[in-house]
This record gives sequence, structure tokens and C-alpha cells, in this order.
Amino acid sequence: MTAPNSIGAAPEIPAEPDDWDHLVPPAPKRSRVRVWRAALPPLVTFGAVVGLWYLVSYGLLSPSRRFLLPPPQQVIQGGFLTWSQFSQILDGLALTAKAAAAGFGIATVLGIAVAVAMSQAKSIERSIYPYAVVLQTIPILAIVPLIGFAFGFTFRSRVLVCVLIALFPIITNTLFGLLSADHGQHDLFTLHGAGRWKRLWKLQFPGALPSIFTGLRISAGLSVIGAVVGDFFFLQGQPGLGALINLYSNRLEPDQLYAAVIVASLFGVLTFALVGLIAQRVVGGWHESARGRDKV
Amino acid sequence: MNAVTAAGTPGRRDVTEDEQDVALRFAGVSKRFDDGTLALLPVSFSALPGELVAIVGPSGCGKSTLLRLAAGLTAASTGTIAVGARNVGYVFQDPTLLPWRSVRRNVELLGELHGVPKPERRAMAEAAIAAVGLTGFEDKYPRALSGGMKMRASLARALTMSPDVFLFDEPFGAVDEITRERLNDELLRLFQARRFAALFVTHSVTEAAFLATRVLVMSDRPGRILTDLEVPFPYPRRPELRYDPAFARVTGRIGAALRAGPAGAPQ
Repeated sequence: MTAPNSIGAAPEIPAEPDDWDHLVPPAPKRSRVRVWRAALPPLVTFGAVVGLWYLVSYGLLSPSRRFLLPPPQQVIQGGFLTWSQFSQILDGLALTAKAAAAGFGIATVLGIAVAVAMSQAKSIERSIYPYAVVLQTIPILAIVPLIGFAFGFTFRSRVLVCVLIALFPIITNTLFGLLSADHGQHDLFTLHGAGRWKRLWKLQFPGALPSIFTGLRISAGLSVIGAVVGDFFFLQGQPGLGALINLYSNRLEPDQLYAAVIVASLFGVLTFALVGLIAQRVVGGWHESARGRDKV
Repeated sequence: MNAVTAAGTPGRRDVTEDEQDVALRFAGVSKRFDDGTLALLPVSFSALPGELVAIVGPSGCGKSTLLRLAAGLTAASTGTIAVGARNVGYVFQDPTLLPWRSVRRNVELLGELHGVPKPERRAMAEAAIAAVGLTGFEDKYPRALSGGMKMRASLARALTMSPDVFLFDEPFGAVDEITRERLNDELLRLFQARRFAALFVTHSVTEAAFLATRVLVMSDRPGRILTDLEVPFPYPRRPELRYDPAFARVTGRIGAALRAGPAGAPQ
């Protein structure tokens, strides 16, 4: 028995700090259990959704109305495994993705440029901001046909739709980031005679990067939506994903319809994840939001 | 000497009219903010080169305003401020490190802003990092540092430009007492090695008495100087000085001056 106030036998601690390391075992490696713990919840959700899908298809819908939600295996069979159908969906995706990517790229450059201009003078901010808000509140569905009539139903117009829908989050988030630099840091730059550009490039812009990426993530998803919505109206020539969705629903081809919708949303998820990955690479080293909870 | 008008105005170290080399002089300087708040009643004092003047007072008494005036970050409502220094170092209440820069790149920042060529500013940073005892942490990012280490990095950044006048705005107010004492000891070591003039704002009576050659005691808002106390202990000051009865007498006098101020008068 040990004395009541003893915590147990502690090893002798050597005098030299060099000998201390082996006293405490290394931290355990990230085990398979933890990987499972991270992967399990989304898998459970996925299983539940598929289960619910089956339940609705077979349980709630009578065979005559089953076309509203055909069971998963039928969607996979008709939409993904029938090559003639799936290749059509992939071609549509390629066209839509091109419009979304071009629109997203232009919105990124334009949005950041506008936000930088707004951050430099209150008067510029005041003169632009209200119209940026208006841009966001215009129902995009209502103006897509107008754009078509004005600029022709061409690829350029599709890109314009994407830019219009993706621009606002980039402007607001970038502006927020540029203006949120710490007071003390501004004082430091003032004390050492930093001008507008040094302040922008060494203080405001790097500090705004996490917010900029927040905006880009939102806008990446929005530009995909913009491209798909645009497709609904640009029916001439090769059909985009949105046009196909329209076509399938008119023809009552639910398998292809669901397959196209799934492809569209998977593409949206992919762009979202891609921007997230870039954000992780760029600001993950120093910013909390972009990294895991674990210590450095 | 030259009057500070705007931030970063380069000063010259000239002999003044009264043949005295003054590092910093306030003459009848007051401050009323734009919103009408009276922050500082006219104050006059000066600091000689090699003098570390502590400014003690309750929160919101205008201590920080006084430093911002000295740095030229805000303009005085009346009076003149003269700074006899080529470089003024400012250490803020917060470390104000840029989180996307490593310690080394943070310490290099001022050199960058002043257009110092890269090899030189790298050497300046190395020396400053060594001086504050952060060697080995050059490539860490601020988020990986403790509060005390962040403050050391902030101090190193100010040291790179070798200022003749240092302004400290409660730099160790947010760190724990053990770290604060350690940082105080190291600050004194730097002070002795470099003999800059300094204004050191703090709300800790012990810290003021331990560091300073002189202590200015300020009243509640609107701030004014109540007492100007000489601290009689020679440098180097050993850490044990804090527990010396003579030291307690000095802190006692500062405490009494604070209590005698208008707000705390009747005990």
C-alpha cells in the first residue's frame, strides 16, 4: 500500500533535458477508429436518405404514380448505366460547367476589384453598394430572357447570367474582409508611414483572404445554379444540363431527370469542395476556420 | 528637436534652446475628442534620454491618449509636443502581429515598410528575435504562441528599427503575473543595454515602480498629472527588489497619490 497522499510511483526525472523525451510515450497515431468516427455520421445520413427514397417509391406511391420518384436502382439503370442517356447528360454537364467556370472566374476578378475600390473610399462604397444589393434582389429568372433578347442566346449570355448571380457574395465578403483589419494594426502601419498600397497589399488583402474564400465558396455553388437556370432559356444548339432537365421532365422520363439532377448537384458539391481545398492550401496555415480542430 | 505634426515625421536630435537634450517634451498638451469628451487636461512634462517614465492611472484616464499624442497618431487640442528622436518605437496593448506571417516575417515588417533591403532587414530581425529570447520560434505562426511570446515578438518588431524613444501602451497588461515579471526583467535588461528613453503606460503600481526612473500618477478622466515621483533605485534592478521594504514604501507612495486623486479622495 502506498501512503494516502501519494499518487503512485513516479520515475526519477533525469537532470539533463535531453533525457526527458522517453519519459512520456509519443501521442497515439490517428487510428482507424477515429477515421470511422468521422465517416460514419454522413454515411448514416446517406443510408437514411436512400431508405426514405425506397419507402416513398414503394410504400407511398402507387405503381401508376411511381414515375414521380422511381426507386434508386431504376435511376441508376436508366440514367447512369444506359450509355446513350448518360453521355447526353455528360455533354450537357460539359457545356454547363464551361459557362459556370467562365462566369465564376469573371465574377471573382470583378468582385474583388469592385470590393477593393469600395474599400479605398467611403464615397465609392456609397455609390456602388446600393446597386450591388439591387443586383442581388433582382429575380434572376425574370431577367434571363431579357439578357437573351439583348445579347442573343449565346454562350456569352450564359456567362453573363452566372456573373450576375455570383458577383454579390464575392463583393460583400471581400469588402467585409478588407475593412475588418485590426485598429492597432492600422495604427502600426500609420506610424511607419505606410501608404495606401502598402496598407492594402501587406495588411488588408492578406487579412481578407479567409473572407474572400467564404464568398468564393458561396459563389462557386451559385454560378453552377446560374448556369443551370440559364440553360432553361438557352434552348438552341447543344443543350446544357438545365435544358436536359427541362426536356426530361416534359417527356416524363424520370430516370434521366433524376440522374441529371444528381449530376448537377454533384457538380455543385465538387466546385464547393474544390474552392474549399484551395482555401485550405492558401490560408490553412494560419487561419482557424480553414483547418481542423487539432493543434499545430 | 522638432514638433510632431503627423505620424512618422522624422525628428532630429538637436540641442534645444535650454541647452538640454530632451527626448520627449509635452508643453500644455490637452485633448478633447471629436464627440466632445474631455480626455486630457493640459499636461506638461519631459523625459530625458535614458529615462524610463512610467504613467500610472485608472482605466480611461487618458494614459493611452497621451501615448497616441506622443506618437502623432492623434492631434493635440492645445499645446506642443516635441520628440527628439529619429525613430519612435510603439508597443501596443495587443501584440498586433499579422497572423498570416511567421514570427520572422512579422518582425521584419517595419523594415519592409521603411524600404530596408531584404538581407539587412533579415539581419535586423534575427538580432531583435535573439534579444527578446525568441530564437528557435522564427518560423512559428502567431496562433501557435502563448500570450507572453506574442508580446515578445511584438517587442522584437519594435526593436528592429532601434528607436531612441519607446512608447509602451500597457504591453504586459494581458499576460499573467509570472510572465509579466519575467518580461519586466527582460525589458530592463534591454533598457540598460540600449538606453532609450521611454514612456511606459500601465495600471500596475508594482510594474511602474519596478521599471521606471520616474512615475507620473494620473487622475481619473479628464486626465491630468497628479504627482511626479522619482524612483530612487539604481539599475540594474534585481527581481528580488520587488520584495524589498524600500520598494514597498515607493509603491505605497504611488498608491497614496492615486487614492488622493479627485475620484478616490475620501476613503
